[in-house]
Amino acid sequence: MSTALIETVGVRKAYGDFVALDGVTLAVAEGETVAIVGPNGAGKTTLVNVLTGLLKPTEGIVRFKGDDIAGIGPVRLAERGMARAFQLVHIFPALTVAETIAVAVVSHRRHGLKTFVSLRRDAALWDRVREVAAIFGLDGKLDSEARLLSQGEKKLLDIASAFALVPEVILLDEPTSGVSSGDKHAIMRTLIDAARRAGVKAILLVEHDMDLVAEYSTRIVALQGGKVLADRTPDAFFSDPEIIAAIVGKRVGRLAQDTRLPT
Amino acid sequence: MTRVSHATLLAGVVVAIAVLALLPRFAQPYYVTLVLPAFAYAIALLGFNLLFGVTGLLSFGHALFVAIGAYAAAVLTSKLGVRSFEAILVVAGIVAVAAALPVALLSVRYVRIFFGILTLAFGMLFHSFLFKFYNLTGGDTGIRVLRPTLLGSDFKDLDKTAFLIGPFYYACLVLAVALAFAMWRIVHSPFGLHLAAIRENPRKAEYLGVRVHRFRLLAFLISAFYGAIGGAILAVNTGQADPELAYWTHSGELVFMTVLGGFANFFGPLVGAFTFIFLKSELMGATQYWRFFLGVTLAVIVIAFPRGLMGLASDAWKKVARS
Repeated sequence: MSTALIETVGVRKAYGDFVALDGVTLAVAEGETVAIVGPNGAGKTTLVNVLTGLLKPTEGIVRFKGDDIAGIGPVRLAERGMARAFQLVHIFPALTVAETIAVAVVSHRRHGLKTFVSLRRDAALWDRVREVAAIFGLDGKLDSEARLLSQGEKKLLDIASAFALVPEVILLDEPTSGVSSGDKHAIMRTLIDAARRAGVKAILLVEHDMDLVAEYSTRIVALQGGKVLADRTPDAFFSDPEIIAAIVGKRVGRLAQDTRLPT
Repeated sequence: MTRVSHATLLAGVVVAIAVLALLPRFAQPYYVTLVLPAFAYAIALLGFNLLFGVTGLLSFGHALFVAIGAYAAAVLTSKLGVRSFEAILVVAGIVAVAAALPVALLSVRYVRIFFGILTLAFGMLFHSFLFKFYNLTGGDTGIRVLRPTLLGSDFKDLDKTAFLIGPFYYACLVLAVALAFAMWRIVHSPFGLHLAAIRENPRKAEYLGVRVHRFRLLAFLISAFYGAIGGAILAVNTGQADPELAYWTHSGELVFMTVLGGFANFFGPLVGAFTFIFLKSELMGATQYWRFFLGVTLAVIVIAFPRGLMGLASDAWKKVARS
């Protein structure tokens, strides 16, 4: 195994008496697409927040490219090369598709403090914006305001802007939630393809849809009660009935919740 | 959304500048003197709207910085014998930015009403300082602002009005055009794009590598600078700096003017400043209940035309362009 891009060692996160993560140790290496699965309340969101430097673990180590990133926050994480797309779409409603992607291109180039430079005349910037938009099939909508896009397009724009940061690692938190089941595979294929083209070295995927997990991940980390229940290849994962029962069996409850409230 | 082309925009701006440049030649002096506070507010509001319309932070204490500019002019001319208008502008700007730094450091961590209340509190703090420290600030009577020199020239042969509607008017016009151009560049720069991203969704902006607090802070400092320049012009025009300038109702007027003109449009605050000054002057001349009519105007604008006068104008323009 090559050196780990991301690794956690004995990560524990407690909120008072409640232990959300309990001794999580995992590593993600270059070339991997690691799916994080588990029933509701298993600690997936907490783990994702720890991995993206948003939460400082109570105990344990989180490293990205060998550096400690515990609690460093989203901005510095983005600068170091990890991007994140949210489960719920996060867009800039009144900005156009082009402007939204440009926000990320500008910060990737560290041009944010350029105060008197014309944005409009920066041809290299807009070339790059068009390039990113094209990967996600948004090149026909460059001048549309983000709020006017369809739900699926908003999702793609959200992820496209994260890709525009040229991340080495991208964390996708349920990238297909809120998308009709027919479009899920199309979106996943776009994402995996875009990641390969953009030079993304590893993908972390939080996903409930086991079809997608089986098809697109190279490794599956299953969480239960804040602990790593299993960390194995999709083949090994899906051939173990006990694991399937523990993780997938509880999905029914989760689905019922999903229809009630898109958290 | 169709946008007005750059050529049309440029033509409109050139016409507006030409009209303002020729105004002293054909308008009555009274109306020309009204344009001076309009220039002052236009500049102050360009700054205010960088914070409000662009970055999404509504300050209810922004008159604080207008007052700092006015008092800088007063202290320099009356107490320190510095008459150079250029020096007044530089000092006003520096003092305002210095004063804005601690206010901004504390305020930019908050948004919406919390930001508004904090800035309101700082404004009131400064107002009470001006009011109570009589020896320093002249208390409620304030400090006189003596006629400044422009580029070293004191225009002794001109009386007060002739000075104001002559050389000073043109100095303010040049200043307003230059500062509006600078603000246009700021709003349309990579920095301005990041400010807009912060307004639209600060959390998303952070994940795209935008340092939200730092950028809000910078926007705040720039807006304070513009406020102080506006305040200095205002004080030279009235010949007086008094605590009313820092009072919360004055901050309210800044918000009023911006909403009146339309905060979503770059030119909204400019249109708002001019409309407000002339509206107020006409209403004050017509009725003692002018505050009532101003209130009604604001209510109508907010309810019927939330995008302000520039929103109305751009809708009308679209109709014309389509037909």
